[in-house]
Formats: sequence, C-alpha cells, structure tokens
Amino acid sequence: MELLNALVAFTNFVGVPAIAYGSQLAIGALGVTLVYSVLRFSNFAHGDTMAFGTMVTILFTWWFQSAGVSFGPLPTALLALPLGIAVTMLLVLITDRTVYRFYREQKAKPVVFVMVSLGVMFMMNGLVRFIIGPGDQRFSDGERFIIKARAFKQMTGLDEGLAIKTSQGITVVTAIVVVALLFWFLNKTRTGKSMRAYSDNEDLALLSGINPERVVMYTWLIVATLATIAGVLYGLDKSFKPFTYFQLLLPIFASAIVGGLGSPIGAIAGGFIIAFSEVTITYAWKKVATYVLPESMAPDGLVQLLSTDYKFAVSFAILIIVLLFKPTGIFKGKSV
Amino acid sequence: MSGNPYQDDRGNKDASITNPHGAGTMQPAHRKSGPIKKVEGDSPFLIGDCMTGGYGKGPDILHDCTIAVNPGEIAVIVGPNGAGKSTAMKAVFGMLNVRSGSVRLDGEDITQLTPQDRVVKGMGFVPQTSNIFTSMTVEENLEMGAFIRTDDFSDTMEQVYHLFPILKEKRNQPAGELSGGQRQQVAVGRALMTQPKVLMLDEPTAGVSPIVMDELFDRIIEVARTGLPILMVEQNAKQALEIADKGYVLVQGRNAYSGTGQELLADPEVRKSFLGG
Repeated sequence: MELLNALVAFTNFVGVPAIAYGSQLAIGALGVTLVYSVLRFSNFAHGDTMAFGTMVTILFTWWFQSAGVSFGPLPTALLALPLGIAVTMLLVLITDRTVYRFYREQKAKPVVFVMVSLGVMFMMNGLVRFIIGPGDQRFSDGERFIIKARAFKQMTGLDEGLAIKTSQGITVVTAIVVVALLFWFLNKTRTGKSMRAYSDNEDLALLSGINPERVVMYTWLIVATLATIAGVLYGLDKSFKPFTYFQLLLPIFASAIVGGLGSPIGAIAGGFIIAFSEVTITYAWKKVATYVLPESMAPDGLVQLLSTDYKFAVSFAILIIVLLFKPTGIFKGKSV
Repeated sequence: MSGNPYQDDRGNKDASITNPHGAGTMQPAHRKSGPIKKVEGDSPFLIGDCMTGGYGKGPDILHDCTIAVNPGEIAVIVGPNGAGKSTAMKAVFGMLNVRSGSVRLDGEDITQLTPQDRVVKGMGFVPQTSNIFTSMTVEENLEMGAFIRTDDFSDTMEQVYHLFPILKEKRNQPAGELSGGQRQQVAVGRALMTQPKVLMLDEPTAGVSPIVMDELFDRIIEVARTGLPILMVEQNAKQALEIADKGYVLVQGRNAYSGTGQELLADPEVRKSFLGG
C-alpha cells in the first residue's frame, strides 16, 4: 500500500507533468531540428515563433469566447489553433521572403544565418510584446481535469490522489498525432522525400529537378505549424508569457542536441529526457521518500536537489555533458 | 575567397548551431537561364564546340576545346592530371563560364541554360563525388532521380533494376551503406531515371577496385547499346579507350588528340605520353 501510494505520488507530481512537458519540448525540438537539417542553421527565433503563434491563437480564442463560441469540455484554443497556425505561416513566409532569402541568394555561411535568426528573434519578440504585452495570459477554458485527485482517491481508496489535467491529456494525444503525421510526411510523400534529399545533398537535389525555394517554403510551413502547436500546448498547460517562451529556447535546443541534431526521432527522445531530468531534479521527493523509506529514515527536509528557479541549469548541464561525451547525440544526428 | 563577406564564417565550425552537411557548392555559370537558339545544319547530337572559359571571373582553363558525342556512342575524355577533363565536362553541363564557343544538344544551342534546365532538356549528369543521397534508401534515390517526371516511372525503375540487379536486392537499404561500386551504380541509376537523352559520367570508376571497374564498364556498354549517348571522363585511360567509340585526349585544356578509341590506343604518341608505352 505504501509503495502504491509512493508510485501514485510519483506519477502525479513527476510522471504526468514530465510526459506533458516532454511532448511540448519534443514538438518544439522537431521544428528546430527540421530547420537545422533542411535550412542548415539553428533557428534562434524558434521560441519567439512559438510565442507569436500562441499569441495569435490567444487573440482568436478571446474573440471566440466573446462571440460565445466554445468547444464543449475542450479548450476553445483548439478551435483557434488552425487560425493561429495560418497567421504564423504567413509571418514566417514573409520573414523568409524579406530576410532569409537574401542570405540564401548570397550563399551565406550557416553561421551568418544563425546571427540573422537572432535578429529575427528580437524582432518577433518585440512584435509579440507590442501586441499582447509582456504580462502573463491565461486562456485555457473548458473542463480543467480528466481525472481529479479527489475522485481518484475515492475510486482507489489510496491516500494519494492522481490528477490529470485536460491540457496534459490533449498535449500527449496531439503530440502523438503530430509526430505520426510528420514521419508519414517525411518518409512517404514526394514532397517530404524531396526535403530529405535537399537536406542530404543540395547540389544533387538541384540536379534532380527539386526546386530549392519550394523545399524551403514547405519547411517553413511545417516549422510554423509545429511551433504554434508546441506553443499553444505549453500555454494551455501552464500560461502564456512572452519571456517564458523566449527562455524555452534553451530546453528545446538541449532536447534537439541531446537527441542528435537533424534526427527527428532524436528530437522526440531528447524532449522527454530533458523534461524528465528537469522535473525529477527539481521535485521535492519528501512525500515519495516518506512512503518508501522506513519511518526511522523519513527525511526532514524537502529532498529537493535543485530549486525550480534553477531548472534551466539542468538543461545546460545535460547539454554540456552530451557535447563533451557524445557530441552526435543519442540518435547520431549530423552534428559535430 | 570570393570576396563576399556573407561567405566568410570567420572560422566558426560549431556544428551545434551550423550544419554544413550537404550544403550546395555548385557554382553554375548562369543563375537564370538565357534564351535557347535553334541551330540549323548538321551537327553531332551533343557537342561542346570550341569552348573557351573558366570558373566565374577566373582565368581561362579551357582553350578552344571541342567534345562531341552521337547516339549509340561512348565518348571518353582522357588526359593527364589537371588537363581539364572534368572541367570540359562541367563546361558542357553549364558549370563553367563559357566565354566563346557553344554547347548544342539535339539541334538547340543551350549555352545560356542553367545546369538544372539542362537536366530538364535531357542531360543526365553523374558527378564524381557526393553523387547519391546517402541517408536515403536505394529506391528513394531512384525516385528522386525521377522527380521531374510526372508520368509513371515504374517501368524505368524496373529497367534500372534489370541493369543493376544488386540494387533491386538492396532497394530498402540506405545508399550510404553500400560499397563504392554499388554506390556508383545507384548514381548512374539515379541519372537514368530521368530518361535522359545523353548521359554524362564524371570518373565513374574513381576509387573502385579493378574487378568492380570492369563490371561498371560492362554496364556502361550495356547502357550505350540501348542507343543512349554517353560522355565520360576517365582516369583509367587504357580501359576507357578500349570501350570508347570516340576519344578525346586533353592537355592543358586543349584538344591534343582525338579519334576513335582504337586509333588513339594505336597512336604511338598517345601511347608514349599517356598510356605508359
């Protein structure tokens, strides 16, 4: 019984949140890895693309809410999501036309693109804050929980409750669907294959009649979709704040690099590794430990390895360890 | 360097933010295709006629160089290192600034076309290096070869598999895991998928063992028998001239000798200077 309680407490405070956060990171990292392999640079503007997509989705959500449109028990934001994606696609394509394309024509070195994306990041960052402001926005509505802690306790008779938020459920389901669709697209469709061919060997792709501009366009469209979905899921689960999204860049990059840059499977694995490490290291283990250990050994303190304020240190540490000992990442990306 | 500041990475090789893998290095002579002119009169199927030119704004590498091939023929360009063999082929393919002379294919002057547009016009080109998509399967490589085709290309794929049976066996294996000879077969197969009017091979036997080289030459002859003209650059001059209908010996970017393969093999001058006696 004690062990079961420990397990439930662990699932409730570590397992479920980490799976949801991991899924969000994975979708974000997929976008980064896609830009890295097709356009050949690390897109620093990814976090702010996510912020922009989420912002647009929030604005449409508010509009829907004021018009009395709702999605039953599911959050209204899901209805607004396609519109958010569409607007983000537009922004990203305009950015590509006006900014990146110039450097492509110059055949600029990848590091130049990285710096350019840094500039784009600042612009998007400013744009988002200008429109919606730097403050915290909550936009989730509908049913809050799939399983409530109290209902779970009554159901099982355990002391510990297990709560699963609707946003967490939606996150996991969406992540599975998105990943499945992306892999199908990249491996089975003509366009997806041409993107892989372009990523593998640009010259030969050109000689095979693949239009590079077309490939670049599709890549941006997919990246805009992934970024918006990741951003909205994160916002539903926690809350939307432009600065938080900018900071998300670090765990997302860490996920992509840990998994192996350029490898989609790696991006997903990396997302979960980073999420689980972050959550387990910043979790106060006192409760679980009290259940598992004999009474005499019950801890006095919180048994928290690191304060949640330092959660980014975890991503950083993992990033450095991976770069030192396995620079190609777990799933052997193209990196380093 | 080119003097373009955007192409200077100041030594940054950090692969965790930049990905140089597979980046394009091709520097075509034309960014955009110019006009195509109809050509009157009798002329070989594919001819690079009196080509003089060099890379970009650089000095001339080719001087009045002429290379031609007709259907059913194998034309081979041989010569010492640095003679401009590959350069001559690249000039025909539009990667070199041809300042005088012209390239004509099937009665059309295509000198002003970009390499991509030449592929559409029916040129199949197999580069010497990185000529396959290493991360993709053999079958996907062939599919990408047929990218410009909108019709059903399963027949052509069957033909390629018939020509290179080993590829059919390994169709679902990533092409990067194949041996050197098999990779060359994938590369040639990929170029054949467009159903080109002329096939250009840049040192197809570079880096393969002598046995594999003989097999590759056999396959190339087989392709030529279908009526497809083949233009080929070769290091292994002797073997290449043996199968050649036409041979061009280049020296310092100029035509030094030309004739049928047998003539060149019999020519004492050619034997002495290039074939080791």
